[in-house]
Amino acid sequence: MLLRHTPKEIVDRSALVINPAKTCQPIGAMYAALGIHGCLPHSHGSQGCCAYHRSALTKHYKEPINAATSSFTEGASVFGGQANLLQAIENIFTVYEPEVIAVHTTCLSETIGDDIKQIRDKAEKSGTVPKGKHVIFCNTPSYIGSHVTGFSNMVKGMTEFAENTGKKNGKVNLIPGWVEPSDMEELKRLAALLNVPITMFPDTSGVLNGPLSGEFKMFPEGGVTMKELKESGDAVGTLALGEWCSADAARSLDTRCKVPCKVLDMAFGLKATDRFIDALRTIAGTSVPEEINRERGQLVDMISDSHQYFFQKKVALFGDPDQLISMTEFLVSIDMWPMHIVTGTPGKKFEKRIRELTAHLPYEVNVKTGGDMFLLHQWIKNEPVDLLIGNSYGKYIARDEDIPFLRWGFPILDRVGHQYFPTVGYKGGLRLLEKILGLILDRKDRDDSEIQFELTL
Amino acid sequence: MAIQNKSAQWTPAEVKEEMLRKYPPKVARKRASSILINEALSNTTPEIQANVRTIPGIITMRGCTYAGCKGVIMGPTRDIVNLVHGPIGCSFYAWLTRRNQTDAGENGENYMPYCFSTDMQDSDIIFGGEKKLKAAIQEAYDLFHPKGIAVFATCPVGLIGDDIHAVAKEMKEKFGDCNVFAFSCEGYKGVSQSAGHHIANNQVFKHLVGLNDEKKPGEYKINLLGEYNIGGDGFEIDRVLKLCGISNIATFSGNSSYDQFASAHTADLSCVMCHRSINYVADMLETKFGIPWIKVNFIGAEATAKSLRKIGQYFGDKVLIDRIESVINAEMPAVKAAIDIIKPRTQGKTAMLFVGGSRAHHYMELFNELGMKTVSTGYEFGHRDDYEGREVIPNLKVDADSRNIEEIEVEADPERFAPRKNAEELKALEDGGFEFKDYKGLIPDMEKGTLVIDDLNQYEAEKLVELIKPDLFCAGIKEKYSIQKLGIPMKQLHSYDYGGPYAGFKGAVNFYKEIDRLVNSKVWGYMKAPWQENPELSATYVWE
Repeated sequence: MLLRHTPKEIVDRSALVINPAKTCQPIGAMYAALGIHGCLPHSHGSQGCCAYHRSALTKHYKEPINAATSSFTEGASVFGGQANLLQAIENIFTVYEPEVIAVHTTCLSETIGDDIKQIRDKAEKSGTVPKGKHVIFCNTPSYIGSHVTGFSNMVKGMTEFAENTGKKNGKVNLIPGWVEPSDMEELKRLAALLNVPITMFPDTSGVLNGPLSGEFKMFPEGGVTMKELKESGDAVGTLALGEWCSADAARSLDTRCKVPCKVLDMAFGLKATDRFIDALRTIAGTSVPEEINRERGQLVDMISDSHQYFFQKKVALFGDPDQLISMTEFLVSIDMWPMHIVTGTPGKKFEKRIRELTAHLPYEVNVKTGGDMFLLHQWIKNEPVDLLIGNSYGKYIARDEDIPFLRWGFPILDRVGHQYFPTVGYKGGLRLLEKILGLILDRKDRDDSEIQFELTL
Repeated sequence: MAIQNKSAQWTPAEVKEEMLRKYPPKVARKRASSILINEALSNTTPEIQANVRTIPGIITMRGCTYAGCKGVIMGPTRDIVNLVHGPIGCSFYAWLTRRNQTDAGENGENYMPYCFSTDMQDSDIIFGGEKKLKAAIQEAYDLFHPKGIAVFATCPVGLIGDDIHAVAKEMKEKFGDCNVFAFSCEGYKGVSQSAGHHIANNQVFKHLVGLNDEKKPGEYKINLLGEYNIGGDGFEIDRVLKLCGISNIATFSGNSSYDQFASAHTADLSCVMCHRSINYVADMLETKFGIPWIKVNFIGAEATAKSLRKIGQYFGDKVLIDRIESVINAEMPAVKAAIDIIKPRTQGKTAMLFVGGSRAHHYMELFNELGMKTVSTGYEFGHRDDYEGREVIPNLKVDADSRNIEEIEVEADPERFAPRKNAEELKALEDGGFEFKDYKGLIPDMEKGTLVIDDLNQYEAEKLVELIKPDLFCAGIKEKYSIQKLGIPMKQLHSYDYGGPYAGFKGAVNFYKEIDRLVNSKVWGYMKAPWQENPELSATYVWE
């Protein structure tokens, strides 16, 4: 047993977190910043954070993740990191020539209280920031929230550049939340099918799912441009996917530029995708094309074709709140039974939403906000499940307890392909169902006796 | 950046100039001292600048002190609960991300698949985190009853002034049967992972080494220092040592356990693999207990044979020496068989190695065996002695950034100090060419006209590849994909790209196969589609 010290009996812990279902803010800010065209993320702290965040993102996306750091020394940690950041800005623009540097902070610079805005303004005033180039920033203290919070903070930071010129540009801002580059591509495809002009930010498609061609571009073609971010203040509206990931940015645009916003769930599964398409066509006043209806019908068809294998199968899931909410809804919509749900990310609304989505079930779901995977494992030991859904760290529980395991969420360190194939939208729903069904049937083929073993399922 | 002109030839001086050209003047000056063209100077090794602060914004490969302490040295130990005091990230990123394998047996204690953190919140930053740390230690003790709990500081801990050592001491006394000790390895200390190694060495020596005086069974007792069992390297070395009849008392710290550390002082020789990370413990074991140390290298079949012979020579026992020879004789045919097939396919190819603090040197042995030339190397966080050899140590100046790393004073143990060899025996060995406590460094093994670059950054890595066009680039995960986008095969020498072992005889064969696979993979021929290679239409299909 890999997790041989995890007892079945649960005792309350007040201080010790074991096997977290979250990580810290800056990595989310780094990922978000990579969704800006020509942007180099910058970590204002000691360099270990930056190395860890780049490594984790690289292992997940199997792509180069470049980011710079202020490389604090002990001196800077005591007297402030202004000199480090000013030097960094000069070096970055000279050596790497990005269009924009997106600065985030760490627990180090936050604890000492560096004023990033003041340092940025100083750099701009002194001419360290070349004409036409930008430094954007957000504060991402690691001791508040989680990586999701950091993502949200950087996305909100992007809205700082939005301007309301008083003339609407007819576009819809679409904030996709922390999803794969492939998901962002899929959302853009759906918007194009609906004929809705959108500005998506962040947009890592084209940045983190690039080709191998013998060329390396630190700043590939993809990503939202600073010009588009500026113009997002003139949009007709903002659709924000995911309360935790995207709502703050949408509300900031509303406050600052009077762009009305609507916060939806992330578009995973049938119903959340329905609401997304419905909202998009309502905002833009277009009708839904036959192609999308057909995709939806295919997903419904697959649900019907495989329903017998999903029916009342018990599921444990862990990860980030926005994803878990949509996934829980998807699971109950195909009559699966989510049993144990853990997110490491704080936020009171989570439990409430999960309870609403599972209210009709004949049992009470175990749900914990700010929980960890040690607790999840204990729950599973007490009440076993048929399927586990979560990031790669779930494989230890899956192996010990012999549970089919769907890798979904962040980070996925031990499989390739998730950066290319979406799980959002109806197409993504098909892919999720195919994967879940494959896991359940592989397990059945493995467990059935030779007598029961069947050719057709 | 695309690699176009395959025939371009640059002199090393031109390459260096090209790499510096784009930098602001101050940066160029600083980097110039860290980029060394290996030229034979009259009887002196050229001097390189190393172990200095990282240039902000340069996109370094380096990590931090916490990574060097918890991630590298203490992480591989299976039966100590490693509790990270800090916000969640530090413990999350060091959770199962280095491939230190361990074998606890069916039911042995093994906490390595777990990640323990105090998950500090803003209230802990404001009001201090000692209370939470104490509670977390108590909860870990109640849940697991481990032999030891190690506490690691992260960046904010030093700033807010939590006294983790006092907390550890208090809890240790309270438990009585659980050793609790702490590491002040805040990420901002020093300039790289290196400071963390030093801090880990000090604390392990203070709190663990020497706790178990029980005599261990076996003969020819050694410690294997600085071997972390990545991908099973340590298992392969242990297999070979066992065949030779050499007893490994303690590995620091691959596949290690609490008791191994506690018993390390009962060995008769320390064999140092990774000089950078563990030379401090090697020295302290000698000073306090009288155990001499030698540098070994089990990376490369020839290097492995040489290191085994060195151990044999040290003990000087004919039975052992004969057994070592017979083991080498038995292992070498498989190695030679592999080399005979693979070397014709790798001969003459070039490699670049930029790895942490020791592998950039060790792996040159394997590339030599493959007939490959190492054209450029460097460390992330090596010190000058790792580059130039230990004789420069007396001249090293500790700069302001590293001055606060604790140096502990160790004295001979009044009861347990025992010289393993008397003066005569030592002299005889030294007269026979035996070198104690010595490491010659990387530079002497580099050919003339090659480039040695300390703390290589992203920009320089791309430039090097663009100008010199090696057949293989070796570094870590952060470099892997940008190098491969350029169409150059890239081998991770930290994680081994999830393969291994590469140490010892079996490891050498694994490595030959892996390098053959990489440098001769078909994929590098697919960069251009047919229409990209021949964009001009010269004829049209005639359909009918």
